[in-house]
Amino acid sequence: MSAATPKGVLTTPVFKNNPIALQVLGICSALAVTTSMSVSLVMSLAVIFVTAFSNLFVSLIRNHIPSSIRIIVQMTIIASLVIVVDQILKAYAYEMSKQLSVFVGLIITNCIVMGRAEGFAMQNTPGLSFLDGVGNGLGYGFILMVVGFIRELFGSGSVFGFTVLETVQNGGWYVPNGLLLLPPSAFFIIGGIIWVLRSLNPEQVEDNEFKMKPNTEPKEAV
Amino acid sequence: MAQSNNSIKKILTVAFALCIVCSVIVSTAAVALRPAQQLNQELDRKTNILNVANLYEPGMNVEEAFGEVTPRVVDMRTGEYSDEHDPETYDGFESRRDPAASRTLSGEQDPAGLTRVENYTTVYLVGDPDDPEQIILPIRGQGLWGLMRGFLSVEGDGNTIVGITYYEHAETPGLGAEVNNPRWQAQWEGKQVFDESGELAPAIRLVKGGASDENEVDALSGATLTSNGVTNMLQFWLSPEGFGNYLAKFRSGVDQDEAEQADVELEAEGA
Repeated sequence: MSAATPKGVLTTPVFKNNPIALQVLGICSALAVTTSMSVSLVMSLAVIFVTAFSNLFVSLIRNHIPSSIRIIVQMTIIASLVIVVDQILKAYAYEMSKQLSVFVGLIITNCIVMGRAEGFAMQNTPGLSFLDGVGNGLGYGFILMVVGFIRELFGSGSVFGFTVLETVQNGGWYVPNGLLLLPPSAFFIIGGIIWVLRSLNPEQVEDNEFKMKPNTEPKEAV
Repeated sequence: MAQSNNSIKKILTVAFALCIVCSVIVSTAAVALRPAQQLNQELDRKTNILNVANLYEPGMNVEEAFGEVTPRVVDMRTGEYSDEHDPETYDGFESRRDPAASRTLSGEQDPAGLTRVENYTTVYLVGDPDDPEQIILPIRGQGLWGLMRGFLSVEGDGNTIVGITYYEHAETPGLGAEVNNPRWQAQWEGKQVFDESGELAPAIRLVKGGASDENEVDALSGATLTSNGVTNMLQFWLSPEGFGNYLAKFRSGVDQDEAEQADVELEAEGA
């Protein structure tokens, strides 16, 4: 990330340096809000908005932020933006905000937002920081949409609320996979996505932190 | 530069200025959007009420349709209407923890796991308030994972069910959360709350393996504890502890002496 170009900061976080898949940040909300695609979409838009503008504002005042209170300054900006998003959703997308419930408020604790403000916006110009925020939000949103698609299609037989596979509960033939409606299933799907992305970009594979010893032979154990 | 940024004066200035700017933004958003949010909450409540009464169609004018619905506050201990609270603003759920406006339930009185219940609650009457076509009752009780809140609508005879809906619950998606599946809700229509014996205890219940009479509703498959929760909350809210005394006035063939007797007993317990 030494020479940051506008195009680079916008696109690399989507596949090459995905905040969820490579940095493994922001997993909590990715588990919670991905039961349906429309909820995932609204959550993604909210996160894109918050990361983009928190990066912009942090970058604007980066030369005046005293380093001793920089984290609190960033948090204050992020928290204000999240409250504004929450209020807007409650006013104009009430159904959606009911489904997202506390997870909009929890964007404050989403490590992606904080990580980009501290790691990128503190060193870069406002325009570039804004794009970096959008890019990382897109990276987050991309994973959310993929997970949401798989969970909604196989968990409730629909895509964006439109029935694709008629479920047994509604008189159809498809027996939905109940696991996919529960949060832990997102772990498996995100794990699968990480596997696919790292197979495509082998440079993302991390070095082993330790080497496993060969299995003990039965003879030695005695 | 770095030195001046970290001076006490600069730290205080930045912190103070940031707090002022952020609080102005946040409070502006909160105040400016409040009317729209309250409108949404109100619309959501009304939509749920119309929904349970089978009057709701997507895209309809909710406010206009709600004109047919009259809220009234009922004293659940006696079953009489009360003028003590304004039905437009009174919220029974808010009063459930107020010692002066609620009572403690214990043991057998409390199948729905509520612990405390308010004395006054709001019911919604569809059509002529003196001879309503439908009576919409708020219900709530413990499901598997938490409190479930919803509405039950009965016809003007105080016995025949029109519909049931839940607007707040935390049941398992795909299993217990099927309480809001329209196909499951549809089988409630026409069911009878009470059996023919004329007793005040409600007979309506969820049973496994298919409903066989008009007091039985097919339980949710794979969600025994949610189904039990639904049965328990109906047992409570339709009993004399809940709306039983109120509904008795609409029912024909009920032994009024028995109803009064139950009143007396209840008051004795309340005291």
